[in-house]
Amino acid sequence: MTEYESAPIVTLTGVKKHFGPVRALDGVSLSIARGDCIGLVGHNGAGKSTLVNLINGGLQASEGDIAFDLGDTAMQAGVRSVFQELSLCPNLTMAENLRISHNALKGIHWRRQARREIRASLDEVFPNHGIDADTEVDTLSIAERQMVEIAIAFAPRGTSARLVILDEPTSALDAGIASQLIAHVKRFCAAGGAVVFISHMLGEIFEVANRVTVLKDGHIVAEHPTEDFTRQALVDAMGHVAADDPETAIVAHALGAEVVRTPQGLAARAGEIVGLSGLAGHGQAAALAQLFLSRSSAWRSGTSPDVVFVAGDRQRDGVLPLWSILQNISISVLRQGAKLGLVDTASEARVAADWKARIGIRTDDVQNPILSLSGGNQQKVLFARALASPAPIVVMDDPMRGVDIGTKQDVYAMLRAEAARGRTFLWYSTETEEACQCDRVFVFRNGAISAELTGADITEEKILEASFQMQTAS
Amino acid sequence: MNALSRYRILLPVVSLAVLLAATFWMQPRAMSYFGLNLLFNLAVPIALATIAQMMIIMVNDIDLSLGAFVSLVACITATYLLDTPALGLAMLVTLILGYAALGAMIHALELPAIVVTLGMSFVWGGLALFILPSPGGASPDWLRTLMTVKPPFAPMAVVASILIAILTHFLIIRSGIGTVLRGVGGNTRSVARAGWSVLKLKACAYGLAGFFGVLAGMALVGLTTSADANIALRYTLLSIAGVILGGGEFVGGKVSPVGAVIGALTLTLAASFLSFLRLSPDWQIGAQGAILILVLTARLIFSRKGGET
Repeated sequence: MTEYESAPIVTLTGVKKHFGPVRALDGVSLSIARGDCIGLVGHNGAGKSTLVNLINGGLQASEGDIAFDLGDTAMQAGVRSVFQELSLCPNLTMAENLRISHNALKGIHWRRQARREIRASLDEVFPNHGIDADTEVDTLSIAERQMVEIAIAFAPRGTSARLVILDEPTSALDAGIASQLIAHVKRFCAAGGAVVFISHMLGEIFEVANRVTVLKDGHIVAEHPTEDFTRQALVDAMGHVAADDPETAIVAHALGAEVVRTPQGLAARAGEIVGLSGLAGHGQAAALAQLFLSRSSAWRSGTSPDVVFVAGDRQRDGVLPLWSILQNISISVLRQGAKLGLVDTASEARVAADWKARIGIRTDDVQNPILSLSGGNQQKVLFARALASPAPIVVMDDPMRGVDIGTKQDVYAMLRAEAARGRTFLWYSTETEEACQCDRVFVFRNGAISAELTGADITEEKILEASFQMQTAS
Repeated sequence: MNALSRYRILLPVVSLAVLLAATFWMQPRAMSYFGLNLLFNLAVPIALATIAQMMIIMVNDIDLSLGAFVSLVACITATYLLDTPALGLAMLVTLILGYAALGAMIHALELPAIVVTLGMSFVWGGLALFILPSPGGASPDWLRTLMTVKPPFAPMAVVASILIAILTHFLIIRSGIGTVLRGVGGNTRSVARAGWSVLKLKACAYGLAGFFGVLAGMALVGLTTSADANIALRYTLLSIAGVILGGGEFVGGKVSPVGAVIGALTLTLAASFLSFLRLSPDWQIGAQGAILILVLTARLIFSRKGGET
């Protein structure tokens, strides 16, 4: 891409961003030229989201300079972003969502044009997507919404997209769709566009990026062409040592009696970690929700629940956004500590402090609002909430979405320790690597269980085979 | 997904049709030009007020001052607009701008709309009493003529309702600005990220609400020929009920102008229907509530079923 290198689309020089006393970014210099595909990596709270929001104009830098080659604003320069949390209007159709970010759609026939543009863009990025331009977004699955959002980012929208920032674009997508996206990103960059690709899946970074930038605590600690990095070097640069070998994970321990058996065939024994795997959106989340609802009652919550739920969709099912970290943790244990129906604040604080230390929530004070935490740490709070309750069964709906490797390792260790004490985990994960951490794996396909794998049978190949079998046979 | 949950408009249409059929069955003479006019006579101001409320609900707020506002407009229409049309018109335009400013303030200061509008309802009520301390005034002739016009085929109330439904459908569902306004209700952040000023959009939504509120007040005076400071107080709750009955949701920007108009018609008809039942007026408000709950239950059941499949 040497012919483009002279023309950076955006140049950041010594950019700092402070939120009160927190230095989210502390002097970052970066330039992104046409044809670049930058892999941006870093653990949670390293400043990735802040950097993205500075580039796309969502935040103003406290210090430093951000310059674009065309116009003064990110929008004029053709900078588009796909955010980690889904940001479409769920009440509007796909075509109408395009209208929100596309001012040039005018006149009586704007709908027809919007439909055509969004369809063209979807067809280009995700061939054979099967999504209709007139469906309302809230009837789509999370993966489909993510696809729509990506398509909108790449759509022409009056001016063409020149720099597209993708923040964890594949975390909700299954492998096939993700590879379509990666292929499109490569085509886009080859045609002179630029992409900033943020992902926790290092394999993707190595596949798509030509340059990797590592952020750590608000600084760029390493920036090299992708060829100069190895997987291990990258992980080391981020500051976490990932145990890359899942074989060590499984520690054999005695399993108790069967505690879960659903009509669908899902089963679990006390002390077992049961994985639900397969392609995203094939009925795993619904199976977990059904299990949870059948085991809990809306009428009598009782003092000791049977099942607790760890949400993957933090905003919808997880955090109580107006409450503090402490209140978000202790909500599940209020009944146990209550005296005469009053909250025992002392034991509440004890539980929160205990879990803050055990699960490593990065905050000075558990009284801070939950939204002051980064996404990964919010997820830790949700784990703390579930594990603090005495419930013997824990249901987890893809809880590791967008969580960094370090946090994941912490949580894996905690899950194993809790399982050894006799707790049962049902764990839906979109990452096959995580399924390999389980004692038993149920692979879902088209809303039904297509395979049950145990012990040494749990391998990536077997899981993929069970996920795809039908599609290759037909 | 079944048809009822996909086409949210079906349930309001069915409710109205069932209620209409029941009314005709009880009182076949209502099935005439004159009968329909009597049945739906008061529907036009209620439909306009419901549209006004819908504008607010569309951006995830709620307006508890609408009844008082419509009353104030009615008082101005029956006095100033009659005696000094220029001054009256200026007052009404000021009220619309005031509504827009209110929306901007609610957004800029992040105030809860429910509290602000509750407070404003006393302001509007006070102003109305100030203008018209005792019931009275008169309708401007042109307004009276407009509201009592007898179009061919269908009575004024029905024709006007259809016109209101079509116009607001184009404004809110089909037009670009309407789409963006609904987007504010769906996901404010993503609208803001796309470079829109949410402040202006909210002011726009409230301004539209003010505009339709003014129309509601004027239509009411055209029908009743006089005004009173408390003439439309029940419109606040009627309008909210109408929006919900018409398939709208309190949050999330899911509204339907056609549904809202149908909801308003249903509520108007419910009152007439209960009179035909010879139900004592003491029980009528309760019975109206029961009809409302019945329709909402039906909607909930259908949307649950739609969600399961």
